[in-house]
Amino acid sequence: MSGSPLQKLLWPRLARGLFSRPLTDPAPSPPPEIAAALAERLEQASQRRLGRSLAIRQVDAGSCNGCELEINALNNVIYDLERFGLRFVASPRHADVLLVTGPVTRNMRAALLRTRACTPEPCWVVAAGDCAVDGGVFKGSYAIEGGVGDALPIDLMIPGCPPTPTQLLEGLLALLEAQQPARAKK
Amino acid sequence: MTPLAIIEAGAPQDCRPHPRFLLTRPAWQALTAALAVEEATDLLSLWAEPGMVHAAFWTAGRLVLASCPAAEGRYPALSPARPGAVRFERMIRDLWGLTATDGIDARPWLDHGRWPAAPPLAARPAPVPYPPPQPEFLAVEGEGVHQIPVGPVHAGIIEPGHFRFHVQGETVARLEVRLGYLHKGTLSLMLGKPARVAARFAGRLSGDATVAHGWAFAMAVEAALGFTPPPRALALRAVMAELERVHNHLNDWGFVCNDAAFAYPHARCGVLREGVLRAAREAFGHRLMMDRVAPGGVTDDLTPAGIAAIRAALGKVAEDVPALRAIYEGHASLQDRVVGTGIVAPSLVARFAAGGPVGRASGRRFDARATPSYAPYAAPRVPVLAAGDVDARVRIRIAELEESLRLIEALLADLPAGEILAPLPQRGGEGVGVTESFRGECLHWVALDDGGLVRAVFPRDPSWLQWPLLEAAIEGNIVADFPLCNKSFNCSYSGVDL
Repeated sequence: MSGSPLQKLLWPRLARGLFSRPLTDPAPSPPPEIAAALAERLEQASQRRLGRSLAIRQVDAGSCNGCELEINALNNVIYDLERFGLRFVASPRHADVLLVTGPVTRNMRAALLRTRACTPEPCWVVAAGDCAVDGGVFKGSYAIEGGVGDALPIDLMIPGCPPTPTQLLEGLLALLEAQQPARAKK
Repeated sequence: MTPLAIIEAGAPQDCRPHPRFLLTRPAWQALTAALAVEEATDLLSLWAEPGMVHAAFWTAGRLVLASCPAAEGRYPALSPARPGAVRFERMIRDLWGLTATDGIDARPWLDHGRWPAAPPLAARPAPVPYPPPQPEFLAVEGEGVHQIPVGPVHAGIIEPGHFRFHVQGETVARLEVRLGYLHKGTLSLMLGKPARVAARFAGRLSGDATVAHGWAFAMAVEAALGFTPPPRALALRAVMAELERVHNHLNDWGFVCNDAAFAYPHARCGVLREGVLRAAREAFGHRLMMDRVAPGGVTDDLTPAGIAAIRAALGKVAEDVPALRAIYEGHASLQDRVVGTGIVAPSLVARFAAGGPVGRASGRRFDARATPSYAPYAAPRVPVLAAGDVDARVRIRIAELEESLRLIEALLADLPAGEILAPLPQRGGEGVGVTESFRGECLHWVALDDGGLVRAVFPRDPSWLQWPLLEAAIEGNIVADFPLCNKSFNCSYSGVDL
């Protein structure tokens, strides 16, 4: 046998890296009607400020943690959220998007509103998951507001129980598309 | 008299398969006194319905339920004898308005003063005064002690809860957790609903354990009705439950490494876990397998294509785990963070009767699949360690995930044929269901009225008895190790906030 142990380690790995497909999925395309509707609502000024990347602050306002599992999955190498210029940030003060899950429990309402107040303008509010859309199965409970829209103005809804990472990605990419300058669109 | 003898001297109620005894108030008082001098009886759950409190005990290898009427809204507290009762008693007062006499903590728990009327499950809830009260935290005295408030909105993508740290320099003197932010009124929504409708709420008590909770609820309903689900349904439930364990254990393993700033295992576990979730979708039509367990059986049958998808995904996991384990064990920088961090003493785990990897990493050999056991499980291997640190909790998870791979293959190789869902008989009854989730045992109790509607219910998540131990685990550790400790527990917020 020839070659040092280092070479033995290195070559197979290099060959694998060169010839294997990446683990990351191809990008999904956002539904065009959602992108168009969002673009209409976005002002020129905010387009300039936000550019082609979005910082996202996730707020769990009462979810069962199913949505959190799928949102977390966006960060794995299969979905690789950051390749789109999308990333999760630790503070609402750094965020362009509030990604809110859950039916907004009465016990979380104040924290959600304060998080929104801490987020600089322009800010998108996305309601992710059936509960965030309209309360979902928890509709009618004494302990909930009934959906994110009942506590805050929202810009985008991503239904699903929970929405899959692909559905979440489509929704978030629609936000990015909506920010493209008008001339880039047909 | 032993606690068990006192309980069994009560009036037997028709609860299946684990018996429930109705005690008089003096008998309940004698029970609390007996529990104070006897340590072998574990308190697993404490809950209520209007005018009555119920408790579940694990003693001498048996699950036994006891009840005490709460005349004039009061009942003798169990918390002086069992510290795990504290949060249950606070929850019972918040939801049903029943007060534990001589309880050791009377502060509100789930009730933050923001519901329109309280207590919400009492016969007559009353309007709540405004503004909501400020929460009170236990005091810490000493030179240079200061507080770090964290949450309810955290820096990561996790559930909301407030952590109040009292620290001296870098060292945590006391952590107190305040939960309840996720209270959705789940119990009130389950009441009066047919079992199959109420099952949707059991499946959303804690999304990551949706199969285990759905199964525990279905098991309770089926026990109440004296109904045995088809064998194929039981096997498919077990396949789903073990897939759930695999994907969650992979997730927790990766996240613990990530919280020690060691990203590779996190990335790799993420890939493997995604494969498992996609196989679950292929096999059962939903990545988390939500609403697939229904009282009466399961909703989705497994096709050969589904079996192939599961085998392919788990094959990759089996292939990668030894290498990942070698990386986990072989990096001094990572081991330095996890070994000896966040130790929970076996004596404390025993006092709180904490289950799951938290209990088994500190010497408590309890796994509901082994005892009390339930079909189709036959003596799964239950790994137990004594170190009680972050590392031990990770190693328990790795060993369990490998055991789950073995169990799933055994189940798939020998799937019974036949129907997967049978109609439930229309009658009343009372039953208990216990399943082992990736986090510990899920214990559901349900009472159905004669029309088959839910009259009373309590789904107990394993986190109830684990959260207080997290507070003990972090004591004397540095603040920077809190994320590691927290992730190694991975308690459910939603599961206990109800």
